[in-house]
Amino acid sequence: MELPALTPQYVLGLAALLVLAADALWPTDRKNSLLAGIATLASAGSAGIAAWFLAAGVGVTPLSRFDGALAVDQFALFVTVIVGSVAALVSLASYDYVRDEPHRAAYYSLVLLATAGMSLMGAANSLVTGFVALELVSLPAYALAAYLKHDEGSVEAGLKYFLIGALSSGVLVYGIALIYAATGVFGFDALASAVAGNEHVELLGVGIVMVIGGFAFKTASVPFHFWAPEAYEGAPAPVSAFLSSASKAAGFALAFRVFTLALPAGTLADVGVPWPVVFAVLAAVTMTLGNFAAATQENVKRMLAYSSIGHAGYVLIALAALGGPAETFVVGAALAHLLVYGFMNTGAFLVVALAEQWGVGRTFEDYNGLAREAPVACAALAVFLFSLAGIPVGAGALSKLFLFLGAVDSGLWWLAALGVVNSALSLFYYSRLVKAVWVNEPEGDFDIRERPTGIYAAVIVAAVATVALLVGFGVVSDAAFSAASVLVGA
Amino acid sequence: MLIEALLAVTFASAFAVLLAPEKYAGRLAAALSLLPLVGSLYAYATFDASGNAVLGGTPAFETTAEWIQAGAYTIDWHVGLDGISLPLVLLTTVLTTLAVVAAWGDVSERKSLFYALLLFTEASLLGVFSALDFFVWFVFWEFVLVPMYFLVSVYGGPRRRYAAIKFFVYTNVASLVLFVGLMALVVATPVTSFEFGAIAAAVRAGEVGSAFGLAGSTITAVAFLALFFGFAVKSAFVPFHTWLPDAYTEAPTAVTVLLAGVVTKMGTYSLLRFNVTMFPDLLREWALPLAVVAVVTVLYGSLAALAQRDAKRLVAYTSIPSMGFVLLGLVATTSYGVAGATFQMVSHGLLVSVLFLGVGYVENETGTRMLDKVSGLADRMPVAAAVLVAGAFGYMGLPLMSGFAGEFFVFTGSFAAGYANAPLVTAVAMFGIVVVAGYLLRLLQRVLMGPFEAPESVSAVSRRDLAPAVVLVLLSILLGVAPGTLMGMIQNAAGALVGVLGGGL
Repeated sequence: MELPALTPQYVLGLAALLVLAADALWPTDRKNSLLAGIATLASAGSAGIAAWFLAAGVGVTPLSRFDGALAVDQFALFVTVIVGSVAALVSLASYDYVRDEPHRAAYYSLVLLATAGMSLMGAANSLVTGFVALELVSLPAYALAAYLKHDEGSVEAGLKYFLIGALSSGVLVYGIALIYAATGVFGFDALASAVAGNEHVELLGVGIVMVIGGFAFKTASVPFHFWAPEAYEGAPAPVSAFLSSASKAAGFALAFRVFTLALPAGTLADVGVPWPVVFAVLAAVTMTLGNFAAATQENVKRMLAYSSIGHAGYVLIALAALGGPAETFVVGAALAHLLVYGFMNTGAFLVVALAEQWGVGRTFEDYNGLAREAPVACAALAVFLFSLAGIPVGAGALSKLFLFLGAVDSGLWWLAALGVVNSALSLFYYSRLVKAVWVNEPEGDFDIRERPTGIYAAVIVAAVATVALLVGFGVVSDAAFSAASVLVGA
Repeated sequence: MLIEALLAVTFASAFAVLLAPEKYAGRLAAALSLLPLVGSLYAYATFDASGNAVLGGTPAFETTAEWIQAGAYTIDWHVGLDGISLPLVLLTTVLTTLAVVAAWGDVSERKSLFYALLLFTEASLLGVFSALDFFVWFVFWEFVLVPMYFLVSVYGGPRRRYAAIKFFVYTNVASLVLFVGLMALVVATPVTSFEFGAIAAAVRAGEVGSAFGLAGSTITAVAFLALFFGFAVKSAFVPFHTWLPDAYTEAPTAVTVLLAGVVTKMGTYSLLRFNVTMFPDLLREWALPLAVVAVVTVLYGSLAALAQRDAKRLVAYTSIPSMGFVLLGLVATTSYGVAGATFQMVSHGLLVSVLFLGVGYVENETGTRMLDKVSGLADRMPVAAAVLVAGAFGYMGLPLMSGFAGEFFVFTGSFAAGYANAPLVTAVAMFGIVVVAGYLLRLLQRVLMGPFEAPESVSAVSRRDLAPAVVLVLLSILLGVAPGTLMGMIQNAAGALVGVLGGGL
């Protein structure tokens, strides 16, 4: 039997409904494991099906759905693998995190719906579906950030995220409207031909700049990054993990699609928006600002938040290199990096979630000596952080290497050099946390009563995946490069 | 598949020890470390390689497997051993087992983690010495850093955190610089793989094109310097040595043995593989300045050692001139020079470990390392004293011990080197031996001779503690009496290299 091309997305959507139904049908207090189980299995299942499709060659010739509004191709499937894996880890960890909170079914169904939205962002083939998918991610994300509604930080995070998110959605949709005004089409393929030689140059230019702004918000790139530290700090830690890993990957996925299929560099020459330059500047500023700000943080979650801005900067290199001689290579490397990043960054945030469960404080000092009590989690944390820094204990080193090599091959060697310098800087603050947990003496006693199974399992899976991807990077990069070649058609 | 098996067994052993109960961790680690040791001895017994692995020779136990194909670039899993790498693999396995045994009495808490980290270091070192692809090599190179950082910072002396951070920052900056240097080279050549051999061939054939707006020759020079800088920090040549005394002094004895015995050899080994093998022209051009670096390293290191009052710090400084001798041998680009330098790496690894173990005995028994607080220990711990004397004499270059053979080859090769004033430079460097003998004799005289004086009562060192040092002394004598046990294979690989370099003796 052949499964429909959109099965991964169907699985996620149906599971979201199933979670709500389960909540309505069995309104007891002991069904947390059922809800978490459904969410985890559905997310892992959709990632697994997408991976299976990838391996089986589904979408090697893109399958167009809904009159071309969605395209299931290798790229879309790869993005689904990324967001599905992250969602599975997050759902698994949430089992412990939301155990004592009300409205758990809503929580899990929001996670699943957001994931469905993210994977649709990877498949969007028209500005409209792209925008709808993006909103399908944003609305659950606002609610998730504010999920701990008696916690001031969480509510503030949700509110800030919502206000800035709504503004940027407005900017994005206005940009889309302007592009539509100039071209009269929404579909990516149609846009590509409509943009070439279009006479409404000013309209198009303003529209494109606004679209770039919308994406910069979604990916937490400078200058629309300032919501991220606040939102990630206040939100429940699994949600922070989810937003900073999966939602960012989805934002980049849509950006890649738009700027390769709909508004490719070649046809934009006359519009007057030198967007490879814009992206190059954004990349440089984002990675530098993110890393410098991360280096000065005292709060662990904020440090991770700023470092995730830094990583957005690395991926922006790929957007800057579009239209260059090595564009397939660079987009492939960016996809591979997003996949690896999904595991290592989620893992790091989940260790923070673990610490929050134990009532460990928020600053570096509070983490001092944690390894004495929780060696396994802290070993995993060391793997995540070193891998994020680019030391080859995990796959982060390889994916970064290829991103930088891609930049060099595209003639953007100054960006690569800046990236290397930033990576070196990042090692300082990442190793500071490793040092805190492993080397420093604890200041007081930790009150670690329990070992939350779900979070532990998720952390270990993420750590194993981070290391395994280093060894198996060949498989990842093969898939990533064939996914990238869909967009740039090399 | 032998190398893969060695790596897999060692990594698996590290995990097994990590999970083992504290009580058994030490013994389990020692037992498991015998596996790679036996494996490397088997490799020695069945060794069958010809020429230099980077210059088209046939390495033993070679495997090549496709790993990553990304865009135009390929990264392969390519490992193999030739006459230059096998001696260092043997050094690694021997020293790890002995370090594990030496640590039994030393480490009292968080033992499982300690021994696991030691074995993890061993596995990474084996990877460094057997990799024939730059990226594989780099992964293992960075792998070494992480356990070393933890070993120093968690288990070290009072200033361990400072020492560990300094070590980490220094060597990591160095890694970054050399990484960028090599990447620039790869980008500027038509080579798309990271194979040592392919890079070497392209550079030697002058295929470095212009890139980044720089001419090919500039890129080659910059890459050469970047690589040299990276390896100089790791091998602690003056003026990049300042991390070394701190790290060596603060680390527990077993870790110092690995650090001084093998980790610094990563630097000189890689110098030989990259700078010497890949850039023969530049090396000849810059031989004199590099030889001057070597001489400064020798003289500065030995004079600084003279000024130390802490016995462990003194031994730490002794390591610096020895690395200077290795550099001197390498830049000579003569057959004796290169082979002698390789031999000296092994010899120094054995002997410096004896000295550190000896200082460890003194510290354990007397509770202090300060030279002015202890004297006359020879009566109270005669066998340990004898071992320390043997180690020091080997270090000074006593004939029939490995130190003599190594230094003799280095100096013979260096005298015959092609750069200007080579004999003069060598003669100045040889003066370092005199200083080395001076401070080692001072160490022996202060600590072992004279009337007995120590802050605590002193008893003889137990046989178990002595065993590692005795084994090392015996190995040093073996290599001194019969240098051919290693020299044959070293010359096989070094000879092929010198043929390319166009050097003589």
